[in-house]
Amino acid sequence: MGLPGGTINETYSQDMAIVRTRLQWILLAAFLILLFASPQFLDDYWLSIINGMAITLVAVFGLNILYGYCGQLNLGQAAFMMVGAYASAIVIERFGLNFWASIPFAILGTALIGMLFGLPALRVKGVYLIITTLSAQFIITWVIIHGGDITHITYGIPVPRPTLGGIVFDTEAEYFYLIIPITLLMGFFAKNIARSRVGRAFIAIRDNDLAAEGMGVNLFYYKTLAFFLCATYAGVAGCLWTNYVGIAHFEHYSFWDSVWMLGMIIVGGGGSAMGPVFGTILIKGLKEFVVYLAPAVAMAIPAIGAQFSAAGGMILLSLIIMLFLIFEPRGINHRWEMFKHTYRLFPFSH
Amino acid sequence: MDFFLQIAVSGLSIGIVYGIVALGIVLIWKSTAVFNFAQGAFLLVGGYFAWTCIVQWHLPVWLAFILTIIVCAIVCYLVQYLCFRPLIGQPHRAVILMAIALIGLVEGGVILFWKGIAQNYIPPIFPKEPVHLGGITISQEYVWVLGMSAALLIAFGLFFQRTRLGLAMRGTCEDHELAESVGISVETVFGQSWIIVGIISAVIGITLSSLYAVEIGIAHIGLVAFAVVLVGGLESFPGAIAAGLIIGLSESLACGYLDPIVGGGVRDVFSWMVAILVIIFFPHGIFGYKKIERV
Repeated sequence: MGLPGGTINETYSQDMAIVRTRLQWILLAAFLILLFASPQFLDDYWLSIINGMAITLVAVFGLNILYGYCGQLNLGQAAFMMVGAYASAIVIERFGLNFWASIPFAILGTALIGMLFGLPALRVKGVYLIITTLSAQFIITWVIIHGGDITHITYGIPVPRPTLGGIVFDTEAEYFYLIIPITLLMGFFAKNIARSRVGRAFIAIRDNDLAAEGMGVNLFYYKTLAFFLCATYAGVAGCLWTNYVGIAHFEHYSFWDSVWMLGMIIVGGGGSAMGPVFGTILIKGLKEFVVYLAPAVAMAIPAIGAQFSAAGGMILLSLIIMLFLIFEPRGINHRWEMFKHTYRLFPFSH
Repeated sequence: MDFFLQIAVSGLSIGIVYGIVALGIVLIWKSTAVFNFAQGAFLLVGGYFAWTCIVQWHLPVWLAFILTIIVCAIVCYLVQYLCFRPLIGQPHRAVILMAIALIGLVEGGVILFWKGIAQNYIPPIFPKEPVHLGGITISQEYVWVLGMSAALLIAFGLFFQRTRLGLAMRGTCEDHELAESVGISVETVFGQSWIIVGIISAVIGITLSSLYAVEIGIAHIGLVAFAVVLVGGLESFPGAIAAGLIIGLSESLACGYLDPIVGGGVRDVFSWMVAILVIIFFPHGIFGYKKIERV
């Protein structure tokens, strides 16, 4: 399973290779060239969608480590992003640091907060854990609104455009070259974490935490580590989003954003490297589609037109998540693996 | 002292409201092991539908009540038939996520059909004249709600302890396969308990909407009710009411004494802080069952 017909792993390094055959190398190179050339032939509308997806994808990679691999529900990923966003904006504003220097602060702040809210995971699970992470959403928002001068209460903190050498990141295309490499790097890290000793410990905890503990997996260490990694990714994503839109504002990270991020993992398929990618593209794409569709619906059915852009997205995304939960709990990624398996063995089905 | 009593009483009266919403969540949990995140959303459906009947269709109040109860029961039955029945046997995570997605669906539907605008009942269902007790004033509506929740509590307690259906529901919550093996039809029990919850959500939805106004904010009470349920323990009806009172009281006291210090808004987060603290020290809530797990 997982290898093209006729390819056999003979050495350890072959077994561990992410890119295994020559064709995969060629496809990867072609994909990267196409990706990095895309600002040349896509207009700003499409680039803004891709940038938004890429930033969300970073947060979803992190959530995938926590939920997909380690099995801990987290309904506060958007709140963790908010911490990263504000941490970055505060150090930029207060200490005059630039974008690059603010990333470590965003990561550090978010990881600490994430671990703090993850600590109850040691004693509680399932529904109880949902509540502690959900409360992160409300408590963090409240702290930011009542943060006085430090967080500019409800106004948000504006940040300057990030720079690198003499380049100022100003247009969608320039942001594209800033965001995409970071996203690719974070995705690569996520893949490697998942197939290391740490990732295997996470999977053991997800499948049965008591059995995992019996096998010698340190639950305290690994559950906290999972929350740490999840929050780290959220911190990077929040920092990127702040510097992309030019302001850190709590309204960009709502309760529903947390829900949709969890939905992206369901739809894409948790516990896989490609799942978050499929899920993010589908869910974010559908959201954009509803926004695109809203004026036309408002024209056609005036009775529901005004509230369609708010309600339509909620209904559509919830429906998609429910349908996936019922009909394909393993997500798009499972279908994709089945498809690969079929075409690799094509004329002979066994 | 009067100030303290006044905020304590107002906290206890809001606590009763939390407790009564939490009752619906506990009922569904006890019978089907589904944590019904969408309880707040069902309240919205009940409140808005009754409003449509009374204000827009000019139906008499009693007819609107009956219609709302029927509609809510049907909605809840459909929800369990279409959403939760296919998930029997799936891991618990899937059920939780299904319930969360359900909030989005129902809330989105409410926004789509009723625009999510706050509406008031004309005429109000409960009398609004305040009652004076010594130095404190309490709204008469809350006295009605108090009586109603006491009645519901006793009815639930008797139902679960004394009837065969209640016993079947408790058995189903324990273990689906075990329940089937002793001749309980898990699917029938699911249907029956969701219909009961539909009826209760209709009643509570109308009550809450008449206390405040019919608006999306009612769903926020549903959110606080999660915290209440977990503080009280998922399996306990008296626990839900007691935790409702604890959360309502602490929220109100925090609002009265902390707000001047930190500058307002403590009410929104204090219930969550209490919930986190309680969950850390009592992982199964104060009155919940302590489960011993084996591999």
